[in-house]
Amino acid sequence: MKNHITIQINNFDVKNELAQLQLMGNVGAIVSFVGLVREQASHGQVTAIELEHYPAMTQKSLENIVQQAEVQWPLLGVRVIHRVGYLAAHEQIVLVAVASQHRQAAFDAAAFIMDYLKSKAPFWKKEYLAGQIEGHWVEAKDSDEAALARWV
Amino acid sequence: MKITLCFFARFREQLGVQQELYTLPKECSGHDLLAQLAQRGNKWHELFDNPTGVLVAINQEMATLDNIIRQGDEVAFFPPVTGG
Repeated sequence: MKNHITIQINNFDVKNELAQLQLMGNVGAIVSFVGLVREQASHGQVTAIELEHYPAMTQKSLENIVQQAEVQWPLLGVRVIHRVGYLAAHEQIVLVAVASQHRQAAFDAAAFIMDYLKSKAPFWKKEYLAGQIEGHWVEAKDSDEAALARWV
Repeated sequence: MKITLCFFARFREQLGVQQELYTLPKECSGHDLLAQLAQRGNKWHELFDNPTGVLVAINQEMATLDNIIRQGDEVAFFPPVTGG
């Protein structure tokens, strides 16, 4: 199976994931994106986040998004890893890595997958700030929904 | 008519329910179902009476509140997603 799409608690090694894509026949381009837990929020310092998801739906949702990318661009392989659970500041959250023959498809598909993941995949982030016991649910950003417009 | 209801994130937390078996009198839309749930009062009313920003998935696929809900469906209500 050329695609690798997982939801997991454990961390991932970007080097290993890219190495898998480098094995693909006729690969000429690999583009990767890593999302991290950022420590500065507008309202304070983030010590950690907690990621909830809809287990029965998340895998299907990510596979569907990747499938949509494959229909639009000639891709050799896609690896998507999204972590769930409790993640400290600076930790890796998500990887989207795409291999193709030429760079345009890889750049565009990686951006497309991330934009759709941000708006459609059933994950929810709870932020914990320094000095506060209660976490608060992060609000979805209008800009994330608006980002989809460029792919229509 | 039995369906499975699921709630996530802020909804799950405020309602204190992750999943429940629910009896639906007849097929209806997500809008109608939310109106029924709002009648439970308290937090249910707060979240689901004339709601904005409530997303719905039916049988693990994103749907709209206009889509019809049928016998045996799994219906999940949740806030806008914030993954990635």
